[in-house]
Amino acid sequence: MSELIQHLVNALILGGTYALLGIGLTLIFGIMNVVNFTHGVLYTVGAYVMYLAVAALGLNFFLAFPVAILGGLLLGAVIETVLLRPFRGSDIDTTMLVMIGAGIAMQSALLWIFGGVAKAIPSPFPETPLQIGPVSVSWLRLFVLGAALVLIGGTYALINRTRLGLAMRAAFQDADTAALMGVNTRWIDTATFAMGSSLAAAAGALLGPVYVVTPQMGGLAELKAFAIVILGGLGNVTGAAIGGFILAIAEELGAGYVSSGYRDAMGFLIIIAVLVYRPTGLFAKAERIG
Amino acid sequence: MTRLAPLALLAALAALPLGLGTDPYLLNALITTGILTIGAMSLNLLLGFTGQLSLGHVAFFGIGAYVSALASLGFEVEVGFGLRVVHEPWPAAVGLVLGTLAAGACGYLIGRLSFRVRGAYFVIVTISFAEVVRLVALNWVELTQGPLALTNIPAVTLGLPGLGYWTLKTKAQNYYLVLAVGTLCYLVIGRLVGSRFGRAMRGLKENESLAMSVGINATRTLTVAAVISAAMAGAAGGLYAHYLRIIDPDVFLFATTVTMVIMVVAGGKGTLMGPVVGGLIFGLLPVLLRPVMAPEAQWIVYGLILIAILFAMPKGIVPGLRALGARRRPASPVLEVNPAVQR
Repeated sequence: MSELIQHLVNALILGGTYALLGIGLTLIFGIMNVVNFTHGVLYTVGAYVMYLAVAALGLNFFLAFPVAILGGLLLGAVIETVLLRPFRGSDIDTTMLVMIGAGIAMQSALLWIFGGVAKAIPSPFPETPLQIGPVSVSWLRLFVLGAALVLIGGTYALINRTRLGLAMRAAFQDADTAALMGVNTRWIDTATFAMGSSLAAAAGALLGPVYVVTPQMGGLAELKAFAIVILGGLGNVTGAAIGGFILAIAEELGAGYVSSGYRDAMGFLIIIAVLVYRPTGLFAKAERIG
Repeated sequence: MTRLAPLALLAALAALPLGLGTDPYLLNALITTGILTIGAMSLNLLLGFTGQLSLGHVAFFGIGAYVSALASLGFEVEVGFGLRVVHEPWPAAVGLVLGTLAAGACGYLIGRLSFRVRGAYFVIVTISFAEVVRLVALNWVELTQGPLALTNIPAVTLGLPGLGYWTLKTKAQNYYLVLAVGTLCYLVIGRLVGSRFGRAMRGLKENESLAMSVGINATRTLTVAAVISAAMAGAAGGLYAHYLRIIDPDVFLFATTVTMVIMVVAGGKGTLMGPVVGGLIFGLLPVLLRPVMAPEAQWIVYGLILIAILFAMPKGIVPGLRALGARRRPASPVLEVNPAVQR
């Protein structure tokens, strides 16, 4: 029993970052109709910015985290303006291929710059974990969960309470009508992509210190983000948030009770189950942002 | 002229080893290029003619490689409940056929599953499928040797009873085998695309509702295309296994799929010659780039080339050249024909 509780606690902590990854991807898909194949690289970039700031520049851990988010935001804005804006109005396949090209180029650039050796990010938290009854949680992981929840809450507030969020929701429902009403949809696209990218970078910056940082770490993260987005329904933010936690629970229980080698196959099993039973995602009724 | 171009290319490719002599490095590059080009042609059947992008194409390639290798190596595994499956080695040619069939069967499953819905689902299902197959190859050590790789895979033996048998051990022999399979795939795709089935595929790509309204079964057509495409990729994988004679879970690397995608998009998706031209260019580009830059840097270049092609020549090289040729030939109709009557 205590083992099960431990697994569920681990899943809760992992689920927060998965939700961040999924929300970023689903926002970009929902508003821009772009399948973002740079999402995994942005996750990796977040982790490397964190590594550079903490290990190389000696910046405070808690200051380095917002720097990593900012890095993702800026890089996302650049990718959108340089690579996606010229393809506005192209079909989804063309932008997908552009993103694949950008993703593979950026990942190889990271490999070229940093080499394939895994890097560790030192964390300022005490080594001894927090012990609550039979369950033990490291302080670092608690911080990861807290930061993820704050960012998820912030994203919700931004979408539901600000003028930018209102414009994003309008653009999601009908971009043409929103443009007629005076919404600058180009700016909305840039803002959306930058925001989704910063969420991916934040997830990387949070999980980087938990595991290690490698140029290839984003590949798996991207597949998981896809699984989460399918689970929640393409373009559904709440679905992605819940989907992140469901995937984390499936992975933890699968690794704990079935086989740790197939931990990363759980996402695929979820995709299959969703496609067979609920092809539009678990939360299809609320297929809108917010 | 466009009819003769493929034949001329085939003749040139057939004569190539004679001119090159026996430079093993170049011949090796040509063989792997040929194998990847078959993969690219199979990908083009889906991406170019039905508009569905299979981003896990390397899964079918790898399944063909593993099934073919295991069938010809033999294995002994425990399948649970104390049951053991023992398989005696079969000839490599039989393995090739089995690998092709197994990959096709996987294409059927993936197609049936993901064509329930349109949109980005097929892309995502195929890419995750490739990851799962890689995990199986890595973790089912009893069957696949995991990261230790399957070694000593026998070379293909061809022949007919009474005529004698040849084991294809040299690079030149393998080159001609790959060329023969590639030509066969080209012809099959050519026949398929020109047939009623090919028109159904293109109809679905252009306008699905309209195609369905004239009685085309969308899910079935797409699934059949996925099966044929996956089977061809599996055949390419089988050739790869029996040529290299060693395979490990790295055959499932995403980069291989990206290579095939670049070949198709650069050459011209939806054309017969596109993947061949793109395949030759991008298969042999590493030979040119190798002395100049590191492999990581090469991949940066490939990514940028993919983006540049989408910017400058979104239809690809072959249609681009064709359009150029059409512009060069001014006022081609000697007789003034009413365009409505012309066709």
